[in-house]
Amino acid sequence: MARIVQFENVGLRYGPGPETLSDLSFSLDEGAFYFLTGASGAGKTSLLKLLYLAQRPSRGAIRLFDADVVTLPRERLPGFRRRIGVVFQDFRLVPHLSAFDNIALPLRIAGVSDNQLRTPVEEMLHWVGLTDRAKAFPATLSGGEQQRVAIARAVIGRPELLVADEPTGNVDQEMATRLITLFEALNKLGTTIVVATHDVDLLGKVGGAQMLRLERGRLSDPTGALRYPPRSSGAA
Amino acid sequence: MARSPASAAPKPYTSGSLLPQGRITGPMPWVIAIMMFLTVLAMAAGIALDHGARTLSADISDRITVQIAEADAEVRGRAVSRVVTLLGATEGIGNIAIVPERELSAQLAPWLGSDMKISDIPVPALIDADLSAPQDQRDARIAALDKAVREVNAQARVEAHATYLAPLARLVGAIGLLSFGSVALMAIATGAVVVLAARGAHATHRGTIDIMHMLGATDAQVVRLFQRRMMLDAAFGAAIGFVVAVLVILLVGRSMAAVASDLVQSVSLPGAAWVLLPLLPLAGVGVAWLSARVTLQRALQRSL
Repeated sequence: MARIVQFENVGLRYGPGPETLSDLSFSLDEGAFYFLTGASGAGKTSLLKLLYLAQRPSRGAIRLFDADVVTLPRERLPGFRRRIGVVFQDFRLVPHLSAFDNIALPLRIAGVSDNQLRTPVEEMLHWVGLTDRAKAFPATLSGGEQQRVAIARAVIGRPELLVADEPTGNVDQEMATRLITLFEALNKLGTTIVVATHDVDLLGKVGGAQMLRLERGRLSDPTGALRYPPRSSGAA
Repeated sequence: MARSPASAAPKPYTSGSLLPQGRITGPMPWVIAIMMFLTVLAMAAGIALDHGARTLSADISDRITVQIAEADAEVRGRAVSRVVTLLGATEGIGNIAIVPERELSAQLAPWLGSDMKISDIPVPALIDADLSAPQDQRDARIAALDKAVREVNAQARVEAHATYLAPLARLVGAIGLLSFGSVALMAIATGAVVVLAARGAHATHRGTIDIMHMLGATDAQVVRLFQRRMMLDAAFGAAIGFVVAVLVILLVGRSMAAVASDLVQSVSLPGAAWVLLPLLPLAGVGVAWLSARVTLQRALQRSL
């Protein structure tokens, strides 16, 4: 299986303080499903930021889609970001756009015309159960509804890599199961999924999913997900 | 994924809605309106004064007046005839005209009263003429002519209009240049206003910009989005400023037309000005476009 992500001795430091992430060396296989777990403050969100190219590491090398994204010129980042779907922990919906328009945003940015984006957006709205809330603005949506809009926005472009930060944190168990089913469906279509979560119940719901665990900015490998560097040389 | 009923579909996504409706630049349009108003007035003043200075220079550069300050009316009358004959016989002299007594009376009336006959007082006789001579020979020709008329009458002398009106023409021209300088300064100030507004808009909508970036938007897409809205705001302000300025210019023009002064009349807007002035709001919008573009590009390049 090809590697879609490869970290090598990656460290991340915000300002002059200690490293938030240290010595991360691992790879993610294309088409695999990963859960990223760890206590609050362990560095899950920071690791996800590196994955969705919101942050460059302080040291080390990161390869994404077979390109060195640490030295990648800034102008080339948008092309890579369009291949990544992101569900932010705080949703980050555009407040003055309706649910429909928020979900349509990645397609619009990718240059899809208004006529062409209508059908896929309506399908996503239906799929996350928000068809009747299409015209609603984020401020009038509940936390769970906002989260579903954020998820619909992240997956509408059929990304090669989906990164989700606590995607089921604000939804009930039934909706959580539906969302995980969506992620699985996407995964079966070939999308690599990385879901950061505290919800231990989720871990058993996806067959074949592997777990990465962060502890104080360092990665452990409870399910043997890490294949780089090779197990014989010791995981980070 | 089944498709939802068409009846539940919202209005299609339309470009430009990524930013909130309404203005994104705060008071910028009104500041630009004021700047444009002042710019158009300054430009109109500059053009009118420049036109006035040129007209004045053209009018006075060739004109001379022979003044015969002879107290004896009979002697003065004879001297006038002889000077006119002399001028007529001199090469390069044309448009010889004796200033009529009634004109002199009219000019003296405010001081001496309208009842006074000009023949009662020893008013100098004046003879206007045009001297056509190369610029480098003009002073020598005037000096020679002055010598010749003094030989006709010792109280006669030649006065070149340029001698006493040239400083005024230079002053008018200098004020005109000052007006053009003001236009340049206001263009810079307009650019600065747009820079501040663009920075404000960038800071206000930073969240939306970050989301767009994370979803794969390029800097060019973000810049286009803001630039378009900022240009519309600038165009709105520029149009208002221009219209009000033109109304003021027309009103001032009407007032000046009512003033019976050659000097005031010479300061008028030539026809070409009405082609040039409408270009100012367009230039203003161009300055806004460029300022917004450069500012936003620089701001965006500071983020990843």
